[in-house]
Amino acid sequence: MNSTEVVVTGLGATTPLGGDVSTTWSALLEGRSGISEITEDWAQELPARIAGRAVQDPSEKLPRQRLRRLDRTQQFALIAAQEAWQDAGAPDVDPVRLGTVVSSGIGGILTILEQYDTFREKGWKRVSPFTVPMLMPNSPSAAVALEFTARAGAHAPVSACASSSEAIADAIGMIRSGRADVVIAGGTEAAIHPLNIASFASMRALSTRNEDPQAASRPWDTDRDGFVMGEGAGIVVLESAEHAARRGARVYAVAAGAGYSDDAHDIVAPEPEGEGQARAITMALEDAGMGPADVAHINAHATSTPTGDVGETLAIRRALGDAAADRVAVTSTKSMTGHLLGGAGAVESIATVLALYEGRIPPTINIEELDPGVSVDIVRDKARDLPADAVGAINESFGFGGHNIAVAFRRA
Amino acid sequence: MAQHTEQEILAGLGEIVDEIAGVPAAEVTPEKSFVDDLDIDSLSMVEIAVAAQDKFGVEIPDDQLKDLKTVQDVINFIQK
Repeated sequence: MNSTEVVVTGLGATTPLGGDVSTTWSALLEGRSGISEITEDWAQELPARIAGRAVQDPSEKLPRQRLRRLDRTQQFALIAAQEAWQDAGAPDVDPVRLGTVVSSGIGGILTILEQYDTFREKGWKRVSPFTVPMLMPNSPSAAVALEFTARAGAHAPVSACASSSEAIADAIGMIRSGRADVVIAGGTEAAIHPLNIASFASMRALSTRNEDPQAASRPWDTDRDGFVMGEGAGIVVLESAEHAARRGARVYAVAAGAGYSDDAHDIVAPEPEGEGQARAITMALEDAGMGPADVAHINAHATSTPTGDVGETLAIRRALGDAAADRVAVTSTKSMTGHLLGGAGAVESIATVLALYEGRIPPTINIEELDPGVSVDIVRDKARDLPADAVGAINESFGFGGHNIAVAFRRA
Repeated sequence: MAQHTEQEILAGLGEIVDEIAGVPAAEVTPEKSFVDDLDIDSLSMVEIAVAAQDKFGVEIPDDQLKDLKTVQDVINFIQK
């Protein structure tokens, strides 16, 4: 356990369920799906024609001339960061003590693909001079740093669908190591494009339940057939407890610790015994100074793929031990948001933090028949109260490449 | 090639600068410097030059673009 305590003081999100945290959170508690049909012509030839589109288009929040020089990942990140910063009370912090850690799993791929189309159709002179600063995977972090004059460092760890949990984990470390007092952290993704859908579909990773979009993301259901791609961003403001106390900030939760591991088993498939995932959980608890019995709730990675979901519950049991695993309430908010890839871990960390702060756990929707391999208690169908004596909760994120990240939060 | 009047070019540049940099067209007057007065950076100048080429049919080579400091400079170049 580290002596510098890090706390969460601001939350921001733009998701398939809402343009901000409060609408997203209400929808999560109500068990509403944010998945819909992709109506563009290009989708008609694809096997997966459903997605979780951000409810609010960035053009509603950012002026036109800013939109044209920001990739959609950057636009989402900026909008969520603005919300989180205001929510934190716009802290007065020395720029050299303010950092950013904002990730994207894929980066500015819409820019890459659009500009390549422009290049082929019209030649090099019509390629936007902002292409490079829009496609860089570090561009959302850099855009947020520019917006808030954050000069302690701007980072963007990339670990596929674990990226934004890794961002939050790294941000905790950045504050503990003394490099910053306040860090704007999280992740973003904007990848709904025919090539990306085709790429995931060719792996057979996507749900093809096109006739019933809202039922397509169904973690732990026996009929799950893949994940549904979502887009959006989640951003948190992390702060040393001392800095937050000095300015009288509202504290949502303690960002108590993080665990990192890699399966080194297969480039995409998770290691089936869940050893690496379990190790991440165990390390997060050790880092947080928490024990298995302190974990009242886990926001799981569970994406609705046949291969991943059940193994994760085995890993939870392995990490917590039977006594604690029997009591933990597990949910997958991806059943409602779809999978935000590099934005997932941050949006789900926000849900984890709010579960602790508000005392309510969002449900996993669309489970008609629970997979018999599931070995933990899933919060099904309806939101549930967090036990009054709950100490903490964990958000888990895994990514292609074998990346496993667990972030432990404790009630403030 | 059709010759554009100074007023036409000024109005066209105003539209381009508004679209690319978000500076209201009314502020785009001949004596203004792109960098110092309109706060336009070098990458945006590249975009403006390409857009002006599309609109007025006059190519602005890179080595001449750097010498076009003011709105009037661009108008003169296009009219030349």
